[in-house]
Amino acid sequence: MGGAAVVLLGTSAGCGSGPEGAAGTTGTTLTVYAASSLTSTFTELGKRFEASHDGVTVSFSFGGSSDLVAQIDQGAPADVFASADTATMDRAVAADAVEGDPVAFASNTLEIAVPPDNPARVTSLQDLAEPATKVVVCAPEVPCGAATQKVEEASKVDIEPVSEEQAVTDVLTKVESGEADAGLVYVTDVQAAGDQVEGVTFPESSAAVNTYPIAALTDSRNADLAKQFVDLVTGSDGRSVLADAGFAKP
Amino acid sequence: MALDLTATVADRGLDVTLTVGDREVVALIGPNGAGKSTVLSVIAGLLRPDAGHSELAGRVLFSLGTSAPAPTCLPAHDRGVAMLAQEALLFPHLTALDNVAFGPRSSGRGRRASRAIARRWLAEVDAAQYADRRPAELSGGQAQRIAVARALAADPALLLLDEPMAALDVAVAPALRQMLRRVLVDRAAVIVTHDVLDALLLADRVVVIEDGHVVEDGPTAQVLAGPRSAFAARIAGLNMVRGKAEGHGVRSPQGQYVEGLAEVPVEQGSNAVAVFRPNAVGVYVHPPGGSPRNVLPATITELEPHGDQVRVRAADLSADITPAAVADLDLAPGVQVVFAVKANEVAVYPA
Amino acid sequence: MGSGQRPVGLPGWVFVPAAVGAVFVLLPLAAIVARVDWEDFVGLVTSDSSQAALALSLRTSATSTLLCIVFGVPMAMVLARTSFPGQQVLRSLVLLPLVLPPVVGGIALLYTFGRRGVLGSTLEVLGLQVAFSTAAVVLAQTFVALPFLVVSLEGALRTSGQRYEAVAATLGARPTTVFRRVTLPLVLPGLAAGAVLSFARSLGEFGATITFAGSLQGVTRTLPLEIYLQREVDADAAVALSLVLVVVAVVVIGLARGGRAA
Repeated sequence: MGGAAVVLLGTSAGCGSGPEGAAGTTGTTLTVYAASSLTSTFTELGKRFEASHDGVTVSFSFGGSSDLVAQIDQGAPADVFASADTATMDRAVAADAVEGDPVAFASNTLEIAVPPDNPARVTSLQDLAEPATKVVVCAPEVPCGAATQKVEEASKVDIEPVSEEQAVTDVLTKVESGEADAGLVYVTDVQAAGDQVEGVTFPESSAAVNTYPIAALTDSRNADLAKQFVDLVTGSDGRSVLADAGFAKP
Repeated sequence: MALDLTATVADRGLDVTLTVGDREVVALIGPNGAGKSTVLSVIAGLLRPDAGHSELAGRVLFSLGTSAPAPTCLPAHDRGVAMLAQEALLFPHLTALDNVAFGPRSSGRGRRASRAIARRWLAEVDAAQYADRRPAELSGGQAQRIAVARALAADPALLLLDEPMAALDVAVAPALRQMLRRVLVDRAAVIVTHDVLDALLLADRVVVIEDGHVVEDGPTAQVLAGPRSAFAARIAGLNMVRGKAEGHGVRSPQGQYVEGLAEVPVEQGSNAVAVFRPNAVGVYVHPPGGSPRNVLPATITELEPHGDQVRVRAADLSADITPAAVADLDLAPGVQVVFAVKANEVAVYPA
Repeated sequence: MGSGQRPVGLPGWVFVPAAVGAVFVLLPLAAIVARVDWEDFVGLVTSDSSQAALALSLRTSATSTLLCIVFGVPMAMVLARTSFPGQQVLRSLVLLPLVLPPVVGGIALLYTFGRRGVLGSTLEVLGLQVAFSTAAVVLAQTFVALPFLVVSLEGALRTSGQRYEAVAATLGARPTTVFRRVTLPLVLPGLAAGAVLSFARSLGEFGATITFAGSLQGVTRTLPLEIYLQREVDADAAVALSLVLVVVAVVVIGLARGGRAA
């Protein structure tokens, strides 16, 4: 505990945040908007942040990145934003919602998820193009869907999905329940799902790497705390938690 | 015999036996709640009795109860019994013509044939000119006429009428009554009514129901001239004292004695009734010392107009006297008076 | 009623909450209309995906309304005209989709008709694929819209009573004839009202559809799903399509009520 406090002191001093430091302000809430694929990792980091900042509560809003950007654009009270791809963060920047420059903190690639018994015997990306295989993917309008399209183009595989879902979690639930024979989700999702799904990696996934940026927001009422949280995520604590979950370096 | 009926309905306290001849109209009368409408519902098949047996034109309508060998109960649409209620209940979405044609169409006839039958019946009830009107455009009397036509067009073996004139204007009722008289000739029907005119003009027989039981059953003239039940007496506008035959008269359970003339011999001590008309009764403030053998003390309960006379009511008895007499004697509700009637104005006969 | 006649029993203050309620409903609609990008409007609503979504929505809503009528009328008749032990419980359960969050409804449908669901595995053996098909959309819509029709119609049936049916029976009409020629015509207004409600509910159905049927253009992506998807990339398209949905709903409801009043 003391060691963590020293580390945090160090990082906050390194960013030159002045005398407030780790003491923080009592009874404050820090609102973090993050992509849903960051749910478990950020929740863990939030707990660590609360432990080292007395009187600070970290409140999360997880959801589809574009949903979150839309809400921020309409004036939602967020302090920090972490998106699932750079395109969505660029929209936030274009809307003048971002303070300073976004920092890339992790990256994610796609993996095929299949139900535990792999009923359709999927072993490669090409298998997903089989007409008899029911494949569920993300809609192209969301980050994981954009990645799926890139992978398809790069490997010249034409997948005809039975459904294009709005969020990665929806794809995952359809695979877990056996409704779909296979789905394209992130590596981190496969890991998080544990026994519910089996993962099938494929080499073409390197064609589409989603980089996750994080940034403090201009309308934040806790600018210093926001910066400190960003530092936590991009620092060694963040890196280890993210790596444990399967994220790759940015 | 067109209709044979025995039925018990336990939770309404009904236990009746009834017959209706082939071309006979029976008037079913009785106080409110006596069970008259229940009887009609049982005959029509809208109410299932607990026990009983009924046949209509040779067809068994129902046979129920512990003693019934093979319990049956025909549904309403198989009975050949048509019913007419106080409200015409014409189908609002059909014209008068299609309403009347409903019965023939339901028995399988085509539209044109049914409409032809309907037109005939509409003419029969003097309502042909309303054929294309909707029920909402008809008056109560017109609607009731068409309802009669509709019931008859269904060619029922038995027609049931439940106080058909009760909801109509007093001015309209006589015309409808005349029409019913015409169409009920040669038809078996049961008519429930409170109106003595209906019984007199339409019915061959009168059946009186009180408290779920038949208390009187006989030809109209006989029942109304010589009622044996309190309700029949009331509807016939007669005074009646029931009790045991004693001497030439009747002693009521309360001790009142009324002497009269018996047309048929009455056994002493048996149940008997003494009946007399209200306008045979004189009203005295002090008991008269004269020839009238029957002097009955009474307390006036109300005075009501009755034609050009005044009807003085006292408990179960009434006397019709002139308005001048009422004024002279200073009569009013609550005044103690004496009703006097000559013995030869009183008819005594077995109950 | 003449022009000068005042309504009796309507206190003046009633207009205040009534107006507030009306504004509460109409203001968000006005907000949508105000945000429409009129220049691009026609282009946005006539794109391939928009047309596919609208056509799919109309087709599936019409089908599910028909199913609601086919199954809802007998259900309403049984609930209104018969009496048996446990009827109240059955009625509450049948009306459950009204309170159930649509997504929960979708999950329930999945557990029933999904590939590993109660009926789904049997259906799959028979060669009937429900999941990810347009049939699934119709099922989801019917599931959420059926109670609307049943409630409307049951109320109408109770109010109209059974007197006319009794008369019809005594005139010799068999039960089916009574139903066809007396009961149905008399409750047609209630039935129409229920059908309109069901159609409107089907048109706007989202949660159960996206959970159970999935989302694929032309197959399962109805207009509400398309709007939700467009929000991710093109807010203007989403707003334009929302306006289309509102207009379609208003037209349908207006036609239905106008038809009845005639």
